[in-house]
Amino acid sequence: MKTRKAATVLATAVVLALGASACSSSSSKSDGGKGGGDKNAVADAALTSIVNKSDKKGGTATYEVSDVPDSLDPGNTYYGWVQNFSRLYGRTLTSFKPAAGKEGLEVVPDLAESLGKPSPDAKTWTYKLRAGVKFEDGTPITSKDVKYAVERSNFAPAALSNGPTYFKAHLEGGDKYQGPYKDTSPEGLKSIETPDDQTIVFHLKDAFADFDYLATFSQTAPVPQKADKGADYVKHIVSSGPYKFSSYEEGKGATLERNPQWDKKTDSIRPALPDKISIKFKILQPTVDNSLLNDSLTADAAGTGVAPQTQPKVLGGKYKKQTDSSYAGASSYIGLNVHVKPFDNIHCRKAVQWGIDKASVQQAQGGDPKGDVASTLLPPTVNGYSKFNLYETPNSSGDIDKAKDELKQCGQPNGFETNLTARSDRPAEMAMATAVQASMKKIGITANIKTFPTGKYFTNFVGVPDYVHSHNLGMIMTAWGADWPTGFGFLDQIANGSAIKPSGGNNVQELDDPQINKALNDAIGNTDAAARTKAWGDIDKMIVDNASAVPLIYRKNLLFRPDSATNVTVTQAYLGMYDYLLMGSSK
Amino acid sequence: MAAYIIRRLFAAVLLLLVVSAVTFAIFFLVPRIAGQTVDQLAAQYVGKDANADAIAAVKKNLGFDQPIYAQYWHFIKAVVAGADYKFGPDASHCAAPCFGYSFKSHVEVWPQLTSRIPVTLSLAIGAAVIWLISGVAVGVLSALKRGTFFDRFFMGVALAGVSLPIFFTGMLALGILTVQWPVWGSGINYVSFTDNPAQWAWNLLVPWCSLAFLYSALYARLTRAGMLETMSEDYIRTARAKGLKESTVVAKHGLRSALTPIVTIFGMDFGLLLGGAVITETVFSFKGIGEYAVKGIQDNDLPIVMGVTLVAAFFIVLCNLLVDLVYAAIDPRVRYS
Repeated sequence: MKTRKAATVLATAVVLALGASACSSSSSKSDGGKGGGDKNAVADAALTSIVNKSDKKGGTATYEVSDVPDSLDPGNTYYGWVQNFSRLYGRTLTSFKPAAGKEGLEVVPDLAESLGKPSPDAKTWTYKLRAGVKFEDGTPITSKDVKYAVERSNFAPAALSNGPTYFKAHLEGGDKYQGPYKDTSPEGLKSIETPDDQTIVFHLKDAFADFDYLATFSQTAPVPQKADKGADYVKHIVSSGPYKFSSYEEGKGATLERNPQWDKKTDSIRPALPDKISIKFKILQPTVDNSLLNDSLTADAAGTGVAPQTQPKVLGGKYKKQTDSSYAGASSYIGLNVHVKPFDNIHCRKAVQWGIDKASVQQAQGGDPKGDVASTLLPPTVNGYSKFNLYETPNSSGDIDKAKDELKQCGQPNGFETNLTARSDRPAEMAMATAVQASMKKIGITANIKTFPTGKYFTNFVGVPDYVHSHNLGMIMTAWGADWPTGFGFLDQIANGSAIKPSGGNNVQELDDPQINKALNDAIGNTDAAARTKAWGDIDKMIVDNASAVPLIYRKNLLFRPDSATNVTVTQAYLGMYDYLLMGSSK
Repeated sequence: MAAYIIRRLFAAVLLLLVVSAVTFAIFFLVPRIAGQTVDQLAAQYVGKDANADAIAAVKKNLGFDQPIYAQYWHFIKAVVAGADYKFGPDASHCAAPCFGYSFKSHVEVWPQLTSRIPVTLSLAIGAAVIWLISGVAVGVLSALKRGTFFDRFFMGVALAGVSLPIFFTGMLALGILTVQWPVWGSGINYVSFTDNPAQWAWNLLVPWCSLAFLYSALYARLTRAGMLETMSEDYIRTARAKGLKESTVVAKHGLRSALTPIVTIFGMDFGLLLGGAVITETVFSFKGIGEYAVKGIQDNDLPIVMGVTLVAAFFIVLCNLLVDLVYAAIDPRVRYS
């Protein structure tokens, strides 16, 4: 009997010991000798500088991502990281300057010679293309290729439905044009003119001073009509950038090699360091992280940071100096629906603003590495951010007296009961909702948590005003990141009355304040960039003063840069991921 | 024998039809019972910017505007006769067996499936060889050395193997062997057998062992139980009494009879694995059938789910048929005529 027990115990012990050794933090891997690593780099160095700076060409930059992209086709993608990555094989009219810190938010001409020339009313935008730019097959790129690219990407949802449709929304006649697959007339969409091969003119139906930002979208990367196979174009994308596809496997990955037709002289923003680039899809996040720690990978293409289980490993000890905790260009906030009683009363909304313990919410979502306490809707890395705090409380942990005072003014001195929604499959959001619930309890508000799946959150539930009203969803947890990093790009979809839709809307608080709407519409028509930028901060203040949105967290990514990655910097323009145009590899 | 096989194949086709109809019904009818409209269904495939125009276009192009029985008929017709689709400037032909186009990416499903079969097959065959050999060997030895240290030790390991899920052992193996002691320092990636057989086997070793650990534990316990029962049968005593060598008694009389249930369960397990080793493929990020299934389910992508389900059902049916045929060989009492 003794032997039996001993043997069983031994067997179990062997298995457990294996487990324990994998969890222990010591590593037999030696530190030095690999070369390439920037020994002086400290944590967060890539937020403000280019780490491991290099102009050495050669090597292979390798990327992995835990998801699959919506598409690598520049005309069929909405994903931020694809917008960043696609610049390696697609040149857009304008792009963001590949630079560290605030400079990365600057729009610079790419395929165009200069930024767009607006008419005084900001309704007509003219771009001149650079001379001598060619597709990978040697054909010169003309303005017609850009026009075609915009047409297919915005107007053919039956085949290419993934991308944003801002061009459709703003171009004259955009609501009628059927797209190049249905409408085969040679002139196409009339509001995009191509008077000659180098010139392209966009006629908009409304004044839109952020147009240079729209022109940074991968949708303006030229596509030769004769090579377009609709949804199948992704299998043979024609490159206009320094790299062209040498292979593409649906759902698995792709490899890129140098495009000999790309001429450095026509391109001032791409150092194009690596000789080859490979990207693999659907690699389990912990495996991606392991490869980063192992220095067998250049970057996690998704750029949203390491998995929660990797976090403790990189935050302590020798890995710490290789991390960058970057602002993700997104804020988490609670929308207080102004049509759900008693939030129709501003004092009840202000009670929440004063009473909420943001510090506990920050802890709940993962602490400092995952986000900072927010007092504005605009995150710090969006053009137009201005710092203010209208509801300042000690340590951001709420002010119960002020909250109770507002409740009295609202006619609810003993508090009230309402519902708080969150996405059930987002653990951080669920944890935040629990913290919000606890701090509401302290001021007498009972918030019952209602959860919904992410995929249908906006289309079926919180984005459907009828559903929200009938189910009394007063407090709606949400998060928002801009499609382009300006105050308008950020605020218009979540605070303009025109963004309220019967379904799928993001203005969950149903804020329709004539003053805010007017301020947004006026500012976007103003071609004076400085005045526009100032306006965004003012509008942000108006929204928070209206108290229908409770800013919680400026979200952050915990990025990891391996030793072999060169020219590493965080780009603020692309949701705080690394800039893939700059990136090289010493391997 | 031939008549038996033909009858079984005919039944298999019927079964696949039923499976496809049930999958179709679950996909379309259950959400509708829950109150989802066709527009909401279509909106899932439009991307982030689901405006009304885009939803209408997608609804029409995916055929959601037609009645469900018509959609099912188109699906079946495409499998048998192929179909034409239009996701771009020109219509493209999808030759039979056409499992349709992904609702999400509009890429043909069948080539995706076939390109993934080698991965799943490699994983399943290698693991099966390991678990059969080690599982049966350990089971037999444990039964023969019942109660010894050997028996207790390996049954203890087997207990651990049965209880530890692959997402634990697999992740553990990955963590240890790619980071801690980086034997596979550049990660474990699938390399095609035709590209480099040595690399293929080397990179599959860890997934094989992780998968086989789970199964061999199960098989060891099954074999042990079967052997213990068989070895106490009267005919074993008779065999020994007539002076046969112990090895002959064990191998020819004991094992052969104890193997019958093992073969049955092996057929089921192996068929199921060929339909996608979902967790193993996910853990090791292998692009096999199982990983494709996960993607299809996450995206609510019916053609992918349908394709994977039918391929899995096909393999299960096929393996069961093979098992039944093998019975004839190992059990003299079974005759198909």
